Amino acid sequence: MTGLSRDLICLRASKELKPGMYVNLGIGLPTQVANFTPEGVILHSQNGVLGFGPIASEDEMDWELVNAGAQPITLQPGISFFHSADAFVMMRGRHLDVAILGAYQVSATGDLANWRTEREALGAIGGSMDLAYGAKRIIVICEHTDRDGKPRIVKQCTLPLTAKGVVNTIITNLCLIEVTSAGLELIEIAPGISIDYIQRFTEPKVILSRDLKEMEF
Amino acid sequence: MSEVNKVVATPSQAVAGIFDGAVVGIGGFGAAGTPYRLLLALAEQKPKGLTVVGTSPRQFEFLIQSGCVKKAITPFARYADPAAPNPLLEPYLKGELEVEILPLGNLVERLRAAGAGIPAFYCPVGIGTIVEEGKEKKTFGQQECILEYALPLDFALIKAHKGDRLGNLVYRMTARCHNPVMAVAAKTTIAEVDEVVEVGELDPEAVVTPGIFVHRVVKAERPPLDWVYRGIKVARKT
Repeated sequence: MTGLSRDLICLRASKELKPGMYVNLGIGLPTQVANFTPEGVILHSQNGVLGFGPIASEDEMDWELVNAGAQPITLQPGISFFHSADAFVMMRGRHLDVAILGAYQVSATGDLANWRTEREALGAIGGSMDLAYGAKRIIVICEHTDRDGKPRIVKQCTLPLTAKGVVNTIITNLCLIEVTSAGLELIEIAPGISIDYIQRFTEPKVILSRDLKEMEF
Repeated sequence: MSEVNKVVATPSQAVAGIFDGAVVGIGGFGAAGTPYRLLLALAEQKPKGLTVVGTSPRQFEFLIQSGCVKKAITPFARYADPAAPNPLLEPYLKGELEVEILPLGNLVERLRAAGAGIPAFYCPVGIGTIVEEGKEKKTFGQQECILEYALPLDFALIKAHKGDRLGNLVYRMTARCHNPVMAVAAKTTIAEVDEVVEVGELDPEAVVTPGIFVHRVVKAERPPLDWVYRGIKVARKT
């Protein structure tokens, strides 16, 4: 993959998280952000757990303590368990500060498609629509292009939508983009990547931020 | 009160009477909180034409393999990992299985509403997506909403950690998940537990599902490890 590795995408995303924030990490690549989460960030999972510790190693594993992506997680002081009606109150009632979600497509106006590809007869909505509606800020992390090399950041989503106009920030292996009322604003570029290269693999025209800079870690 | 005893001896007795065409909710999320022994017992009894309500293919696989299922209502019509073998796919493609896919929060709220005596509610999640297709809509302030109907269950099959003969239940960690919500939505709630305890042993401050929502309790062996660990993604340490 050109630009950032998947781990570096997660590391960059983790820098958006601050102590005291309540954060949900979506299924797929976003769950890996837990490996880099700063201390004091309180992680939420839709299967009814708040304030869990790092991903469990094999010897720490308990099959009744998992996140929404079926990854074993760990106990830590301050953790709480609750049933899913409360878990979704947190998600839909605007109690979460940030949700980090994966994406198949994101549009120029922040529409998100992340639950079914065109190859699939059946999809997995899970809690993605609930998070997309309810979290105060939506950060999408994904590879800049799909497995056929086509842009995931598109003028209009062609895949079934998760929600309209919800994405705030997109972090890929090439760059960090903010979705603004004026359009997609290119804020940061991965080391060694040119603006032309990013534009070539991004369907809508990007606006260059006045503060455009190289991504730092 | 002393004569109330909801404890039954075996999983087969616990699922007796689940009739053809029943709407059956199944608790759990992945393996955690899934009533494995009840599902096996029900698959052996082979009722026909069930509508099953759950959260992932894991909850449905035994019943689908036994030919019991007409329709599945679920937010995960495949596993989160698209490459994992999906028990719903083949019967769906053959036209033998109807699938309703919906946001997990909408499912939870439809179940909660059914348990709370609320026949329908307006909900903003799913606006602009396939979720709104064919449904009544109404706008509150700037917020467009979809009319969603309660989802009452004939039976709920749930898994708890400990229960007493009155039906009071406590859970263990994330095996709680959807079980308490399934419990309130059903006419008959059947709980598989790791341990049956004496009345008075459960800390009343810690009871999550009070006995009023629970009709049968059965102690069952924990599921085999190869089943619970299937699909678990071991950490990639960095």
